[in-house]
Amino acid sequence: MTKVHPHVGLLVTCLVDAMRPEIGFATLKLLEQAGCSVSVPETQTCCGQPALNSGARGEAKTLAKRVVAAFEPFDYVVAPSGSCLGTVKTHYPELLADDPAWKRRAEQVAAKSYEILSFLSEVRNWRPEGVRFPAKATYHHTCAGLRELGIYAQPLKLLEQVDGLEILPLEGETACCGFGGTFAVKYPEISTAIVSDKTRQIAATGADTLLAADLGCLMNIAGKLSREGRSDIRVFHPVEILAGMADGKGVAGR
Amino acid sequence: MSTALRSPANFKRDAAEAVTKPSLKIALDRTTGLLQRRRVDVLKAYPEFEATREVAKNIKDHTLAHLDHYLAEFEKNATAAGAVVHWAETPEQACKIVIDLCRQADAKSVTRVKSMLGEEIGLPKALAAAGIERVETDLAEHIIQLADEPPSHIVIPAMHKTREEVADLFAHHHKEPKIDGEVGTLVESARGELRPKYVAADVGISGANFLIASTGTVVTVTNEGNAELTTELPGMHIVTAGIEKVVPEPQHALVLLRLLARSALGTEFTQYTSFFTGPRREDETTGPEAMHIVLVDNGRTQMLASEMRPMLRCIRCAACINHCPVYGAIGGHPYGSTYPGPMGSVLTPALQSLEVAKDLPHACTLNGRCQEVCPVKIPLPDLIRSLRDDTWRRNLVPKPAKLAVQAWAWVAVRPSLYRLVSGLANYALRLWAGPRGMIAKLPLAGGWTQGRDFPRPTGPTFMTQYKRRQGR
Ligand code: SF4
Repeated sequence: MTKVHPHVGLLVTCLVDAMRPEIGFATLKLLEQAGCSVSVPETQTCCGQPALNSGARGEAKTLAKRVVAAFEPFDYVVAPSGSCLGTVKTHYPELLADDPAWKRRAEQVAAKSYEILSFLSEVRNWRPEGVRFPAKATYHHTCAGLRELGIYAQPLKLLEQVDGLEILPLEGETACCGFGGTFAVKYPEISTAIVSDKTRQIAATGADTLLAADLGCLMNIAGKLSREGRSDIRVFHPVEILAGMADGKGVAGR
Repeated sequence: MSTALRSPANFKRDAAEAVTKPSLKIALDRTTGLLQRRRVDVLKAYPEFEATREVAKNIKDHTLAHLDHYLAEFEKNATAAGAVVHWAETPEQACKIVIDLCRQADAKSVTRVKSMLGEEIGLPKALAAAGIERVETDLAEHIIQLADEPPSHIVIPAMHKTREEVADLFAHHHKEPKIDGEVGTLVESARGELRPKYVAADVGISGANFLIASTGTVVTVTNEGNAELTTELPGMHIVTAGIEKVVPEPQHALVLLRLLARSALGTEFTQYTSFFTGPRREDETTGPEAMHIVLVDNGRTQMLASEMRPMLRCIRCAACINHCPVYGAIGGHPYGSTYPGPMGSVLTPALQSLEVAKDLPHACTLNGRCQEVCPVKIPLPDLIRSLRDDTWRRNLVPKPAKLAVQAWAWVAVRPSLYRLVSGLANYALRLWAGPRGMIAKLPLAGGWTQGRDFPRPTGPTFMTQYKRRQGR
């Protein structure tokens, strides 16, 4: 697809919709800056990941078909979440595999679906200009983005160009934060034990800001930092920084 | 935790308890951390790793596709070399064969080399019930035998113990304990305790890392050399092995060995790698007079015919376990079975039952690290997801959780209703939070807030704000 102004369908994701709309608006702004025309299909609700990961394949299939149908008209599908996008890209085709027509449609949508940071950097070759965010930040690589979509260097490349932003190395940067969707509430003791390793490692960097590109993980880490009284560490999605929209409160409430 | 109370059915309770033990956390962090770093280092000098993984996967897949053929060939060649091959479908049958053989040899004491299959079929217990003394010769197995605990890891069974705890244990149990805070001295202490028992044993029992079909050979690896002493000194050597251990030819075992050592301990090769082909021959001066090989099915043929088939490629390296954040938080015991971590969460439901092990596939964040490190490319997260599907279908998911997902999905296919519900939830959360940015206690979400705060939504939902901006 070599359109100058591709038409992008924004998959807001249910969590961003309900909890932190800023991430959605920042994504929208960045897509427009990168020369896209953006639509937000009104029929979208959730990608079905909670159903898929609970074993509710029937429910997951129904939701997958709805997303496929809602987003197939666009040149691209973009979401500010590696795990939702991973569901669309890697799991829909397999989920709908027993129906050849749906499988084909799912594969077509999967092929044009991108997580926002990799879309900006790889597809649109967009770079931030004149963005300033003076902070010592550290970066947590979220699992689905990293292992299902292969996103590692892309976000860092973009963040490197932000004025005043320094990224400090994080020990265990690719280790799971312990969120795991419904896992976090089904096995709270284990989930909390895992995230305390993460917050300890974050604190050890001396950073004043934590960045990660999946709201579920951000809520988990921010929730733990807040419980530990680490009011010195602010938590944002990278798109909020890149869109110059991180002037308000971070995910941890400050 | 004593062996008797162990069951995957208690996973939730035991996991919640495990995270409260500081010494467990220290032990796990030390050892898994070390193993992870060593693996990275050894792979730096092994650029063929990725290509070899693919070869290994193909070797295993090929063998599994022709398992009956290779097993028959193994039996033929092992028999020709003078060994006796036995077949056991269930753990009970396997144990009975071993016990009968021990009785036949009039054995009062047996030495054993660490074998997870032996644990799987409950051999330690069966030996005890038969009144036969069991001497564990692997250092870690020796430790947990003294502590009367089950293994918590498949390569390092005493993973859950700190060296300080081991020192206490030896001080208490060894006839002439040697303890000075150094690991080397602890090893000396165990050696002094164990050596006389090697000589006194009537039967040596080992597992097998590989069975070579074309030669009838049993391959074992250890890092302590205890397999050789265990199997060479007594008059009878009994091998217990799962049927999936067979490979066609020696070179295939060598490919897998290269991956096994690197993935398990981050070393280029295992310290001791032994090939046993039949008992002592006429022109030989050492070795057992009799060799028996017990091949165990225990659910494996069923796995072969199911979606879980890729799991039979497993070479028991434990890399998935060492890199699992859940294992890293709770250790091996809460899994309630011989096999912990990701591989255990797939194996245990197959070897025991999904009913008792229904928690295991759900107790996973699906982070994917296990698949990334598995040397035979087992798609562990996919298998775990597929087991979750089974728990859903077979009504093994707690009712309230199932209803919640169903209700949520019912709403999620009705966009207008969904907007209404998400708008209300968003509003209620903000109301509950009041001026605070974070919520410390949340009705219906106690699981979340018992250890973490929950963020207050920053404003009305995206969709509400978006419509407003569009002037609608
Ligand atoms: S599943 Fe893979 S990584 Fe885990 S023990 Fe088996 S071979 Fe090793």
